[in-house]
Amino acid sequence: MPEWVYYFTEIFFSGLTRGSIYALIALGYTMVYGILGLINFAHGEVYMIGAFVGLIFASIFSILGWPVWSIFVLALLAAMLWSGAYGYTIEQVAYKPLRNAPRLAPLISAIGMSIFLREYVILAQSSDFRAFPALFETLPDFGAFGDFLQPSEAVIISTVLVALAGLFYLIRFTKTGRAMRAIAQDREMAMLLGVDSDRVISMTFIVGSALAAIGAVLISTQMGQINYNIGFIVGIKAFTAAVLGGIGSIGGAALGGLVLGLTEAFAAGYLSSDYEDVFAFLVLVLILVFKPSGLLGKNHTEKV
Amino acid sequence: MKTPWTRSLLIGLWFAFLTLPLVGFRTDFLEKTLHFRPWPLVAVFGVTSLFAFGWSWYARRQPVETALFASYGGVGGWGQRLNSKPVLLTLLSLALVLPLVTSGYQTGILITALTYIVLGLGLNIVVGVAGLLDLGYVAFYAVGAYAYGLLSQQYDLGFWVVLPVAGVLAALLGVLLGIPVLRLRGDYLAIVTLGFGEIIRLVLENWGEVTGGPSGISGIKKPAIPGVVMDFQQQNQFLYYLILLLALVAIWVNHRLQSSRLGRSWLALREDEIAAQAMGIDLTQTKLTAFGLGAFWAGVVGVFFAAKSSFINPASFTFHESAIILSIVVLGGMGSIAGVVIAAGLLILLPEYLRFLQEYRMLMFGAVMVLMMIFRPDGLIKNPRPFYSRPKKEDR
Repeated sequence: MPEWVYYFTEIFFSGLTRGSIYALIALGYTMVYGILGLINFAHGEVYMIGAFVGLIFASIFSILGWPVWSIFVLALLAAMLWSGAYGYTIEQVAYKPLRNAPRLAPLISAIGMSIFLREYVILAQSSDFRAFPALFETLPDFGAFGDFLQPSEAVIISTVLVALAGLFYLIRFTKTGRAMRAIAQDREMAMLLGVDSDRVISMTFIVGSALAAIGAVLISTQMGQINYNIGFIVGIKAFTAAVLGGIGSIGGAALGGLVLGLTEAFAAGYLSSDYEDVFAFLVLVLILVFKPSGLLGKNHTEKV
Repeated sequence: MKTPWTRSLLIGLWFAFLTLPLVGFRTDFLEKTLHFRPWPLVAVFGVTSLFAFGWSWYARRQPVETALFASYGGVGGWGQRLNSKPVLLTLLSLALVLPLVTSGYQTGILITALTYIVLGLGLNIVVGVAGLLDLGYVAFYAVGAYAYGLLSQQYDLGFWVVLPVAGVLAALLGVLLGIPVLRLRGDYLAIVTLGFGEIIRLVLENWGEVTGGPSGISGIKKPAIPGVVMDFQQQNQFLYYLILLLALVAIWVNHRLQSSRLGRSWLALREDEIAAQAMGIDLTQTKLTAFGLGAFWAGVVGVFFAAKSSFINPASFTFHESAIILSIVVLGGMGSIAGVVIAAGLLILLPEYLRFLQEYRMLMFGAVMVLMMIFRPDGLIKNPRPFYSRPKKEDR
């Protein structure tokens, strides 16, 4: 096979990996937005805290000398548990009192919350980069196939697929999921029909945060290091992905994440790696200019 | 039924659980070290239980709901009382005397606060009055700063020449950004402006031949009055009066704009775009002037910032800056000039005067931001809506 095919597929899979992580985090933004119409600016910090919880537990179990796969699963579960708890608490503290406030008030309390959480992590851990156990290094080599797809990428993509399937099941086939969809459509009507909206909103935050934690652990162990600042840029990218796909639409968030990840990977691979973020934002601007409601967003007509 | 005490203890336990991994453990898997730190956890438990108990006591005395509703209604008084002539004159004379009696360090802080007042007033036009959520405002600030840095070094242009030039440049850029995003609403606009801010910063960082890359531009000339030689302290005081003048002009312009035809179109746009259009307001023109005029102030302040610090690099123009400026506008009360002034003072001076908290300073800053929004969701000073009084007998 010619050289460029290798290069192309390699870039394709690295873009897919990155995009699937963006998709996971974008889901948290889009679910909250769909239900509350609120940009949860502290979501990136929840992702960062997920990475740190994962780091603590992965370190503990690797010091205890447990097998790698159990470390991976336990760190993932712990990160999901605590990130969910943080997401729940953030909603209760910073957003719930502002449910009926003007639109920008929760945005500012979210920014305050995000400053608070970053400082909290700096104080509790440190502001330096911390090494994250590279759990994927012990994976078996793929042989010749490894030229296209690295084992770590395969694990990440398949974990994300499992998580997405779980989310799809939750939203499509469970009572909670039906309540979520009902509230997203019309909160007052759903409440009149007996849906406990506070509980469903809490659930949304918990699920979104847990998804972000999965992404955090996956990417941290691949990158090998984390610090308190990782949530910011990933948060912005994931939010971009959510808007790209049409904010409020679950499928849109997944698609937007993939499009963004692939754009970045190809821009970095073929054009210039210095400007990969610029290309990501340019794609966003272009798509929104030509399709203002995002890729899968519903064109919403305002009634007077 | 849970008593407030058990409830508070449960909340304390919940927060101890939350902080268990991050506060409780410190690990290093490379060195194979693992520390468990129980005392900080106990501290978290104690502090949060006490806080929760204090909160429930407060909420019982005055239900949070009513406290919130009270702040929706009659806050207009605050702004009104500030708006009387004697008060304003006292404040102005205080502002004029302050740099003569305080230390150079204090003057420096005041200069920063005034810088943010002007930035806040500029963004107030876009977000507060016209209701266009702009998260990339810092881009125009950066454009102003780099315009001065580059023009003064490459073409030897002076401060006074670049000041208006950079303002106009930023305004043009604001209009240029405005054109493609005219169709976007609310949160879509927010993310596009955010992306735009990041693009500008990344270009500044990566276009090394022109902008100096991450290390930026240094040795930028300070503003001078021709023929006058100033020592360091006088220079500082001069900068103070300069930015004070800029702030006063910005306040005056903002004030005049708000009661103008254009200002009222902005307000109408903020409240209801469709209704505004139906009343014959030209959306394109109105939105673009808001973007342009808002960006103008950022450009002007950017020049001042570059001249003041004589060193600029892309790290000064991150999203964090935009977030702080936006917080000033929202915390002050959308569209309220007095609110912007007070909020800028608060948000810039607070971290300075929280220094006694040492490393907990920014932690408390974030917490205070959340609390202020919870207690005053409409901002510190609610802008009174302009209205015409009607003849008494007529009802609505």
